[in-house]
Amino acid sequence: MQVTMTVNGETVTREIEGRMLLVHFLRDELGLTGTHWGCDTSNCGTCVTWLDGEPVKSCTVLAAMAGGREVRTVEGLEQDGVLDPVQEGFMRCHGLQCGFCTPGMLMTARALLDRDDDPDEDTIREAISGQICRCTGYTTIVRSVQWAAKAQRDAASADAEPVGSES
Amino acid sequence: MTATDRPPVPEDLEHVDNDQHPVGHGRMLRKEDPRFIRGMGHYVDDIQLPGMLHLAILRSPVAHARIVSVDTTAAQAHPKVKAVITGADLAEKGLAWMPTLSNDVQAVLATDKVRFQGQEVAFVVAEDRYAARDALELIDVDYDILPPVVDVRRALAPDAPVIRDDLEGKADNHCFDWETGDRAATDAVFEKADVVVTEDIVYPRVHPAPMETCGCVADYERVSGKLTLWTTSQAPHAHRTVYALVSGLPEHKIRVISPDIGGGFGNKVPIYPGYVCAIVASLVIGKPVKWMEDRTENLVSTGFARDYVMRGEIAATRDGKILAVRTHVLADHGAFNGTAAPIKYPAGFFGVFTGSYDLEAAYCSMTAVYTNKAPGGVAYACSFRITEAVYLIERLVDCLAYDLQVDPVDLRRRNLIRPEQFPYTTRTGWVYDSGEYERALDLALDLAGYDDLRREQEEKRARGELMGIGVAFFTEAVGAGPRKDMDILGLGMNDGSELRIHPTGKAVLRVSCMSQGQGHETTFAQIVAEELGIPPADIEVVNGDTDQTPFGLGTYGSRSTPVSGAAAALVSRKVRDKAQIIASGMLEVSVADLEWTKGAFAVKGDPTRSVTIQDIAMRAHGAGDLPDGLEGALEAQICYNPSNLTYPFGAYVCVVDVDPGTAEVKVRRFVAVDDCGTRINPMIIEGQVHGGLADGVGMALMEMISFDEDGNCIAGSLMDYLIPTALEVPHWETGHTVTPSPHHPIGAKGIGESATVGSPPAVVNAVVDALKPFGIRHADMPLTPSRVWDAMQGRPTPPI
Repeated sequence: MQVTMTVNGETVTREIEGRMLLVHFLRDELGLTGTHWGCDTSNCGTCVTWLDGEPVKSCTVLAAMAGGREVRTVEGLEQDGVLDPVQEGFMRCHGLQCGFCTPGMLMTARALLDRDDDPDEDTIREAISGQICRCTGYTTIVRSVQWAAKAQRDAASADAEPVGSES
Repeated sequence: MTATDRPPVPEDLEHVDNDQHPVGHGRMLRKEDPRFIRGMGHYVDDIQLPGMLHLAILRSPVAHARIVSVDTTAAQAHPKVKAVITGADLAEKGLAWMPTLSNDVQAVLATDKVRFQGQEVAFVVAEDRYAARDALELIDVDYDILPPVVDVRRALAPDAPVIRDDLEGKADNHCFDWETGDRAATDAVFEKADVVVTEDIVYPRVHPAPMETCGCVADYERVSGKLTLWTTSQAPHAHRTVYALVSGLPEHKIRVISPDIGGGFGNKVPIYPGYVCAIVASLVIGKPVKWMEDRTENLVSTGFARDYVMRGEIAATRDGKILAVRTHVLADHGAFNGTAAPIKYPAGFFGVFTGSYDLEAAYCSMTAVYTNKAPGGVAYACSFRITEAVYLIERLVDCLAYDLQVDPVDLRRRNLIRPEQFPYTTRTGWVYDSGEYERALDLALDLAGYDDLRREQEEKRARGELMGIGVAFFTEAVGAGPRKDMDILGLGMNDGSELRIHPTGKAVLRVSCMSQGQGHETTFAQIVAEELGIPPADIEVVNGDTDQTPFGLGTYGSRSTPVSGAAAALVSRKVRDKAQIIASGMLEVSVADLEWTKGAFAVKGDPTRSVTIQDIAMRAHGAGDLPDGLEGALEAQICYNPSNLTYPFGAYVCVVDVDPGTAEVKVRRFVAVDDCGTRINPMIIEGQVHGGLADGVGMALMEMISFDEDGNCIAGSLMDYLIPTALEVPHWETGHTVTPSPHHPIGAKGIGESATVGSPPAVVNAVVDALKPFGIRHADMPLTPSRVWDAMQGRPTPPI
């Protein structure tokens, strides 16, 4: 069957088997290998991408179900050479080690900060509780998301301040 | 306690301003992260080669059965299938069996019997991964079911079915016996002791379950005769040698590449049948072949960990002087002895079970057996079985404290090895290099607020609430190891390092260890930076490619910093020695008249006359004269043979609350004080500790690879094998002391597995402490609500 969807802002069309999973479509058909696969049971969350703005586990979504919809992956976080604050936060706060769960964690963190610009620790833990990290023990991931939240609040308040009386 | 009212601990604050770039040791952001946060890591399953085929493995659905027939006709006829290979096919090529890392053999594909559920029976190579899986369904295997050996305690029963009838003359399921310590001396001490406490303690089978499963891409080029294997290996050089021995391919025609690895934890040390299958497939078909496990395959067939049934005994005086420990261990090694440990140490380093205490005597005997379960044994960040050893002694000390009715901290303090006793030779012959144990213990108690916690507990107990405080103190033995004592399959456990300084002063360091997320590209650049004064940003670290790195045994058992780290420091010093000779020529003074400040040689007494390491590098490669007899270039290579292991240690405090109505355990706080000697990158060290603590909570409360009576693995998915998420673990509180190793070139001891070793007893001690009102002295892991509930009802059940 033929499927057409938007991935990171680009329209793609491919001929696929109807049973193909979105995670395999992204990785094998489009070469977007930032999205990982880690279990068969929707437990690990290394495959988290966005579908129409909501985080989903792409191992549990058929590529066909994404037809006509918008997919965003970790490769779509960096905009015009500028890192997303969550990417910056994970680097600064050692929110990753082997890097395998990281893309999924980043996508969930971005979605969280889009609806809550100052989440507390419990909120962050709840948000990433559908995902497993075997390396970090999660404390540094919490710190990373908090760093990103603060960075984007600071940036927003800097934008809101008047630049100068004559402008 | 919530995030806002939690008192800050020192290392919580260190992440502020952590983007400095020290020229040497210090907190520094990781060089590998820019690719990972962009989704540009390069893992095995990311590799796509032109014409690449996909391999899938048919596995046994039963634990023990004779193979009557395998019919592959229908699978062969599948339009997308390129090959179907059975054990009989491999036997024709002499490839049906392969050596394990413990000098046993393991079936690549079963020929005679299947010996555990999930064992490899046949494989299919097809055009895509879906078709390969489809074709597995078309293979028809007729099994003659045999009774399985599931309960390790019954493996040596006279009527137990014999699993390893492939071994000539084998008439039982005995694997090996092993002992350490002085039996007679220990028995004598036990006889005269005031108090003896005996406890049966089980460390259940668990699994490392890295987020990336195991897999490989094998690419054999017929014309050059060269095999390239991209693989999930923590030990690429050792794997290459084994492949050469198994396949008959010459070693220089095998290139093993470990790209980015999505976590290892010991799971990626052994050689699995799947790797060999992929190699065979590529040799036969002449195209690249990819094999990636699914999660169930990873959990049911690859290297498990632990599975020790221990009877522990501890002897003491009435006033709390520990005199001796004695233990017998029944070790479940599964169907093949696939343990990855130095050959002379079939039980790994379990011999350190005397822990951190000054004893009069110790003795351990061990019986290892075969069962109808997956092979493995040493994995999951255990430092070669030290996690079992530490768990045993730290539980026994708490049991003793329970019987003596003393505070477990006081009991430990009384018996810890004192600083002036180092180097300390244990009763089982290990030479602990350095330690200031009480200092670490005091810091942990201080960070935890131990006395306040005990007061709080007293108040809560009066109200019927179940709060527990657990303390554990551990000593590790890592950095294997001295070649006079240690080898794996005859390969000495040494590590090479090669350093080249390019003309412009930029450097490439090649090491034989292999990162699985530990941040070697950063840490090892910092080691060289500290020695040579070249900024870490100017140092490229290469690991994981046997064609590009010197030989060495890889990364496991926390050995990277103790062994490869030492190699990196020493090769830097070798380069610096040569640089000094070149500098003497450039400055026209004798070598003895130069002094080194980080990054430059200057004339003694005249610091204005100096040359930087970058100046020297250019001269080394330039057209100008060099001192007589000196070759051009600025590079060196060494192979480091450690003189002893290193002995990191730590003190952990865990606070739990147990719900009296549901028996659910909540880890409220966890304080970890670690001493890994010299600290190269504190940020990375903290990360290593955090990860190990989460592992420990997982093992203590959630994780177990369990089986039903037919030998079916009932933990074959992440829905059944429970791994902690962010909700099950607390905010970690860490601290550290620094006691350098006297024999390591930079005093570093290694940190990778400390927390995995030290945290399980801390958590279990806390839970048992919470259950003290129920008269409970011990309960076995994993302390799930149902098992804790059983314990509260007075019917504790050992895990199987």
